Amino acid sequence: MSTLSLRNVEVEKDGIRILSGLTLDLSERRIGIVGRNGSGKSTFARLLNGLERPSAGQVLLDGDPEPRGLRRHVGFVFQNPDNQIVYPNVGEDLEFGLKNLRLPPEERRDRIATLLDTLQLSHLRDRLTHTLSGGEKQLIALAGVLVMRPDWIVLDEPTTLLDLWNTRRFMRVLDGLEQRIVMVSHHLDLMQGLDRVLHIADGTVADDGPPAGVIAGYVARSEC
Amino acid sequence: MLSDLHVPGNSPVHRARPGVKLALLAVFCTAVFILDDPLVTAMSGALVALGYAAAGLRPRHAWTSLRPALWPLVIVFLAQLVLADAGTAMFVTGRFAVLILAASLLTLTTRAVDLTDSLRVGLERLSPRIPADRIALAVSLCLRFIPLVRTVLEDIRRAQWSRGLERRPLALLVPLIVRTLRTADEMAEAIEARSVE
Repeated sequence: MSTLSLRNVEVEKDGIRILSGLTLDLSERRIGIVGRNGSGKSTFARLLNGLERPSAGQVLLDGDPEPRGLRRHVGFVFQNPDNQIVYPNVGEDLEFGLKNLRLPPEERRDRIATLLDTLQLSHLRDRLTHTLSGGEKQLIALAGVLVMRPDWIVLDEPTTLLDLWNTRRFMRVLDGLEQRIVMVSHHLDLMQGLDRVLHIADGTVADDGPPAGVIAGYVARSEC
Repeated sequence: MLSDLHVPGNSPVHRARPGVKLALLAVFCTAVFILDDPLVTAMSGALVALGYAAAGLRPRHAWTSLRPALWPLVIVFLAQLVLADAGTAMFVTGRFAVLILAASLLTLTTRAVDLTDSLRVGLERLSPRIPADRIALAVSLCLRFIPLVRTVLEDIRRAQWSRGLERRPLALLVPLIVRTLRTADEMAEAIEARSVE
């Protein structure tokens, strides 16, 4: 069972403390993160993939503090797929991460074909990325991460730019994945079926537990 | 835009290796310029037309390629008309048009991904010390950014129109640069997130 651990983690930027005193283990299959804008939840998510380095403390994957291990085993999906898709063509974009893994061309082609088939997106393989719809772009951004076969996927508000239909489609794809998932979202309804939810407030974990209790507490604290 | 121009097909021109097409284009353009002769330009035009026909392309494809360069061509024509004579104006403008159409034949029949791949392979053959992968990535990113910047520009323009601001290039330029730089930063992070090294 894969475990992501934070040990006394602090993040400070330009003299401002973003996160502090974080010590926890993440091992559940589906984990959600909620919190107000600026609470530090995106920074928390970025720590898990090594995009953000702690100013103090350690982020460990199965006890290993090596940042390359995090990068290799923890994929990251950004809020805006336009900024995540780096190539003008879908197939080429999916191949990007696999080239970084130095896989031979045949294996790259096989992996991409299998994944697109599984996600029922094979018809998009030769499309130009800027001609895709918002929902298709987000699925391709997810595919770009999945094709690298990470153990974990961290998603930072992946459905914010999607309509209801595309949000449901995207969540259905997520539901079917074998990877462990950590998802930051403002959509509280998406948190209901998860195994665990963290409420981040003022740079620390204000609440942690099953979704119902944590969300109820978060909603109560968000009353104007 | 390069990636917008590609017309899928299975003609011999489509199937030809992108590196060969690129080399032929370079030779063709150089020859048209060195052999400074209206007859050569006319024959070159016929050759390009033959290329379009062999690729199964229609006149509208040629027109789509030529249209963005129409005003510069008109300016060149008028300048030559004033500085030289009608014959020279037609020759110089015609030569530019032939070169544009020849270059478009390459982009119309070659996917952007194949072009960057050829570039990478070519650079790798030149010298192992050249960072071919990075150069190919940079070219791909350029191609990726063209539609992105176009979308951002359109968004800003609409936002400004909706608030009554019209035709103020400076007001358009500043937010465009800021948003483009921010996008570049986020894309760099995305590349980092998907890189292992």
